[in-house]
Amino acid sequence: MTFTRNDIVNFIVLMAIAFVLLPNLVTSEYWYASILIPWLCLALAAIGQQVVMGYAGQLSLGAAGFMAAGAFTCFNLILRVPGIPFPIALIFSGLVAAAFGVLFGLPSLRVRGIYLMVATLASQFFIIWMIDKFGWFKNYDTSGIITAQDIVIFGKEFSSPIEMFMVVVVIVTVLTLLAINMSRGSTGRSWMAVRDVDIAAESMGISLLRTKLQAFAISAFYCGVAGALFAFTYLKSLEPVAFDIKLSFEILFMVILGGLGTINGAFIGAAFILLFPVLLNSVGNNLFHGAIDATIISATEQVVFGVLIIVFMIYEPLGIAKLWENIKQRLSRSGKEGVEAVRSNPSR
Amino acid sequence: MNSELLFFIEVVVGGLLAGTMYSLVALGFVLIYKASSTFNFAQGAMVFFAVLAFVGFMELGLPFFLAFILTVLLMVLVGYCTERLVLKPLMNQSEDTLLMATIGLGFVLEGLAQAVWGVEVRRLDLGIGDFPIPWIADKTGMFISALDLTAGGLAALMIIILALLFKFTKIGLGLRAVADDAGAASSIGIPLNHIMLLVWSAAGVVALVAGMMWGARAGVQFALVDLALKALPVLIIGGFSSIPGAIVGGLIIGASEKVLEVYLGPFVGGGIEGWAPYVLAICFLLWRPEGLFGEKIIRRV
Amino acid sequence: MTEPRKFPVGGPIIEVRNVSLNFGGVKAIVDTSFAIREHEIRAIIGPNGAGKSSLLNCISGIYTPSEGHIAYRGEALKDNSPNLSARRGVSRTFQNLALFKRMSVLDNILVGRNLFARSNFLQVALQFPKARTEERENKAKCEEIVEFLEIGAIKNTPVAKLPYGLQKKVELGRALATEASVLLLDEPMAGMNVEEKREMCRFILKVNDELGTTVVLIEHDMGVVMDISDSVVVLDYGKIIADGPPDEVRSNQNVIDAYLGIAHE
Repeated sequence: MTFTRNDIVNFIVLMAIAFVLLPNLVTSEYWYASILIPWLCLALAAIGQQVVMGYAGQLSLGAAGFMAAGAFTCFNLILRVPGIPFPIALIFSGLVAAAFGVLFGLPSLRVRGIYLMVATLASQFFIIWMIDKFGWFKNYDTSGIITAQDIVIFGKEFSSPIEMFMVVVVIVTVLTLLAINMSRGSTGRSWMAVRDVDIAAESMGISLLRTKLQAFAISAFYCGVAGALFAFTYLKSLEPVAFDIKLSFEILFMVILGGLGTINGAFIGAAFILLFPVLLNSVGNNLFHGAIDATIISATEQVVFGVLIIVFMIYEPLGIAKLWENIKQRLSRSGKEGVEAVRSNPSR
Repeated sequence: MNSELLFFIEVVVGGLLAGTMYSLVALGFVLIYKASSTFNFAQGAMVFFAVLAFVGFMELGLPFFLAFILTVLLMVLVGYCTERLVLKPLMNQSEDTLLMATIGLGFVLEGLAQAVWGVEVRRLDLGIGDFPIPWIADKTGMFISALDLTAGGLAALMIIILALLFKFTKIGLGLRAVADDAGAASSIGIPLNHIMLLVWSAAGVVALVAGMMWGARAGVQFALVDLALKALPVLIIGGFSSIPGAIVGGLIIGASEKVLEVYLGPFVGGGIEGWAPYVLAICFLLWRPEGLFGEKIIRRV
Repeated sequence: MTEPRKFPVGGPIIEVRNVSLNFGGVKAIVDTSFAIREHEIRAIIGPNGAGKSSLLNCISGIYTPSEGHIAYRGEALKDNSPNLSARRGVSRTFQNLALFKRMSVLDNILVGRNLFARSNFLQVALQFPKARTEERENKAKCEEIVEFLEIGAIKNTPVAKLPYGLQKKVELGRALATEASVLLLDEPMAGMNVEEKREMCRFILKVNDELGTTVVLIEHDMGVVMDISDSVVVLDYGKIIADGPPDEVRSNQNVIDAYLGIAHE
């Protein structure tokens, strides 16, 4: 069993918050539509990035491309297969993205590091180009703005922010649990072995080909589902340009800052990348009463992200998740020391 | 010559000329890689930063040469900071960690450039025309502009100078020693700081010239950063550590990009140049990962 | 040993047949032939740079011989790779340690159980009974190994935090987890003190004695070699200069010369 008692407690608490607390306390639609939903969708994509890069150690900059593949597969399925349940469409979105993942993951069998990263850029640029150029994918839409269809599951429409939030929570929760299981089991160990010393992994009978391509496939699957969710519950439209190289970089930053090789890191990183600009914006607007130009704000954002990455790489390459672990350990240790001190000196 | 062949040659030549522009950007990467064995992802952002600074100085009223020198000095400062604040602290970390840090550095430079000089597209007028030179067009039927020739000439010049420097001078030898093993090099008296200063100055000049050529053609704008991504396939094909490789890689990418766009483009609605260089790079990776002129990557067990 | 062995030394299980290995102009191994018999403890010794690790790498499939081949149970191997080697039941440790730095001791050893992890990723993700049973059984096997090597106290520690000697033990544990019939150990006791070496010898002997595992070890400590090996092959400049029981080899003049640095024919 991969779940400890601690895990189960955490899970129940999170579910209670998601399904009971939030709907009753937070009624502002803004929170669901603009914060929680994109956070969960991007976290799911970040989990995908964690699988291929954090766990399996394969540098990839193709996340957004796979997201686009998923989003447009979902759109086309709902369009052309009348009555298809949304969850089924999502699964196929993931599978199509996974196919691209395997195809563009092939270079990983030969190269690594920056070389591999450049190869993955091919998938990013090619997929977006393909969707853009071949009108069929966009249903020959000429207006440039394709509206995402409604989400219909078992005949019920999920269209309000809070309803869409529920859909996203359920899907992200399920996929996250699967990811946790994989990361703690033989699958995850094979990934990490390949990441750390691939020759030793091979010498223990691990097939580099199977493990690497599997990591790319699973990673792309998660990105594909995340992309479909992102398009259907947040953007509510399908534009290839929303899944450009900039998004791939953002997802990369999420896992680097959040913490490579942890599921927590995906959520932490996504929260940070999403919320920091919002914070900066409101500081800019409130503190300086809109005197600061929007470009300065976005420039500051970039500089801060860049600096944070450099600082983390120097001082804590394992990201915020590790930092948090360290803090927790220090607190528990000093807590224990405090108890020891009191015990040994009862007069205090 | 029949017109089909002429057209093909025209396309290839056009591609080759565009390719020298890519080479100029790639050259900066190669210099840093040769001197520190690290891949500086931020080099592309440095091109952008350099030319923006140059234009900024000119806008302040400074004459061309002064602005040029000041920009180079600024780039040396940027190089120094990169060396001290990013590369040195991460010397013993894995290459991947270093790569991530340089990606972060790229973002910092882009953000700074944006903050200081803003996002409007700027015109860069070098006094070199970017329209087809009449007598060439008449004689050979090909459209080549003065800017194309200048860029090609400058690239060739810099490559020759740098290649000779590396191979035959004491400095070049010192640089290769430093790249191989900085500790050992320093312990036999090679002045690390002087050499790194030289390298960053050279990289700064190269970045500025590359930026100027691109700026003169397309205006100084943010899209230049995407251009830097294009330099990556160039490096893969030419080899990360080869100066002549930078130009050969650039030519190959430039030419094949143009050829594919012109011949395959019409069937698929164009835009092939967006991804073709990367797919080409993949083919090279599968055949010859170290590039045409790069050093073979050996891993010890 | 006064008692008869539980697994008496048998016929050749691995044979190196006229193997040469060249790297560019460097001849690491030159026309080398010897056999490793089943159930024996075979030591490979020689001065630094003699080609010992390269030989081990040829046997385990990391390098392909430039000439000659390796034979397993009499059959010449046409292709060899670390993967195939592992599946054949040949496992190994590395001279410069190749542990998975970011994983714990137990997880490192669990990777050695990969050949016994038949569930696919979906079964693992969905925690099907097959996957759960496998995980439980593999974990139990690894706990046995942890106990055997007396590293229970550190089983959840990330290996990067361990001192060198303990890391070496963990690597041995990982190789043991594969239940291989042949163990290739590349300087398993390098950097250890006398106590630790004695302990490792005890483990190696126990494994050979109770499980019949054939052990090939590269070793520099002559005391260890004399104590535990059944036969020794000596390499110098990529060539074999002696091959036989430890006593014989030790008094071989060529061997003495090689270690003292005196050139010989």
